[in-house]
Amino acid sequence: MADRTLRGKTAIAGVGETIYYKHGQSPDSEFKLALQAIVKACEDAGISPHEVDGFASYGNDRSDGPRLAAALGVKELKFSNMFWGGGGGGVCGAVGNASAAVATGMADCVVAFRSLAQGQYARYGRSGSAAAVMGDDAFLFPYGVMSPAQRFAMKITRFMHDHGIKQEALRGIALACYHHAQKNPNAVMRGRELDAEKYDASRWIIEPFHHLYDCCQENDGAAAVIVVPADRAKDTQHKPSYVMACGQGGDHRSAAPVHNMPNYPSSHFGKLAPRMYAMAKMSPSDMGIVQCYENFTGGVLMSLIEHGMVKPEEANEFLVKENLIVEGGRMPLNTSGGNLAECYMHGLELVIEAVRQIRGTAINQVARNDAAIIMGGPMVTPVSSLILGSEATL
Amino acid sequence: MSDYYLPEGLPTPSSGPDGLSAPFWEGTRAGKLRVQKCKSCQSWQWGPEWVCHRCHSFDLGWEEIEGTGRIYSYQRPHHPVHAALNGHGPYVAVLVELPAYGNIRMVGNLLGNPLQPVTIGASVEAVFEPHDTATPPYTLVQWRLA
Repeated sequence: MADRTLRGKTAIAGVGETIYYKHGQSPDSEFKLALQAIVKACEDAGISPHEVDGFASYGNDRSDGPRLAAALGVKELKFSNMFWGGGGGGVCGAVGNASAAVATGMADCVVAFRSLAQGQYARYGRSGSAAAVMGDDAFLFPYGVMSPAQRFAMKITRFMHDHGIKQEALRGIALACYHHAQKNPNAVMRGRELDAEKYDASRWIIEPFHHLYDCCQENDGAAAVIVVPADRAKDTQHKPSYVMACGQGGDHRSAAPVHNMPNYPSSHFGKLAPRMYAMAKMSPSDMGIVQCYENFTGGVLMSLIEHGMVKPEEANEFLVKENLIVEGGRMPLNTSGGNLAECYMHGLELVIEAVRQIRGTAINQVARNDAAIIMGGPMVTPVSSLILGSEATL
Repeated sequence: MSDYYLPEGLPTPSSGPDGLSAPFWEGTRAGKLRVQKCKSCQSWQWGPEWVCHRCHSFDLGWEEIEGTGRIYSYQRPHHPVHAALNGHGPYVAVLVELPAYGNIRMVGNLLGNPLQPVTIGASVEAVFEPHDTATPPYTLVQWRLA
């Protein structure tokens, strides 16, 4: 029996994204945004949308795969897949699921996508107007624990407490993301520079550790990537980004109700990351391209630690802007601006940036661009991560 | 002066159509703090589940416990995310660990000055906060320093 692995069997052959908007400012509907991103990704891959035969998404995306297939005139739908869980925990999982379908021959050309128009629908950062809540929410909402930030803040508080990590480490992450956005024409926060003074003076969203700039944006837009078999990707117009490994899941009982997951102060990557590195036959030090989903900077901190990119005892010293920017930094992070400063496209913009880096066409191009790690949706459950590589990593 | 820690108008708790958490909310109305304990393997479990995660028995009981614990983590939200909180200002939510009951955890507010310093590890005790005029009435479980 052949190795049970994704390693090198598929590749991302095309990427597409819409203009990114502040929430509520898209002139187009969510479904139209999804179509725009998919058509662009197909153009980038040099593949007709008629040839797409599968759709994979996450975060309960409202743009239904079979409806997209009909709208695009897909000849035959072979794979239609949704990754459980809210938020961006499934961003890498959707690419992994698309790859699994392609690697096993279930489908030949699968789109992983995300579309969001929060003006058309509800915002994440405002709680709904329901009079009564049930289930887990009944034990949280009446106490004012409602928004994503509030649901995760106490994980971060406890992690920072346990490891003695200071606010400045989170500031370093925010400054690097905003720095990278300044050269990116599609970054919503381009022209909105951030320095340490402005960060420190920004208002509290939640004490301790959540200043305004520790929190992601809310945006409208869509993004898509095209996954095809590795041998087919070689014949497309761009340098392929091979899927070397995907990890997805959660710790033991990470979805336990009312904050009762045994491993509480965690981004929930601790078990997943070693599994993924083993599949990729790579290690943290191989990763020249580092993209980490920022819902909140504390989530980035825990993700970097749980993926072995930073040691907890070195976090205060290492997580400073100088180490995290493309100009001479030891670990350039979120080189397009990420969820904080490019666009909150639930992390799919991070996957696309990793592909641009591997191709060598990024705006903030890193020198060491053969291997990329993308970490998706820290603290939610399930979470997912992805390793992409150039041909040199095969 | 309101009898409640947070303003009225926030979503109210409901045990929902499946009734899974009904014994908890019925208990708080009667001034009793009750959580699940497996009748088969004696494990404490919180929040409510249909099955024991340890031994898979469906025979779960609801045991009255003492509301004593320690602060495991906390947050002080400033930004109002619900219309009822507009203009209210910061408040404290705590995650309380109950060492006497298998280290299960509960979420509530820490009563007292919303700007008070909060110490992880501090001992706290449960306080019932009845909302008798709500439809239907319900009772929250809050926490104060012990």
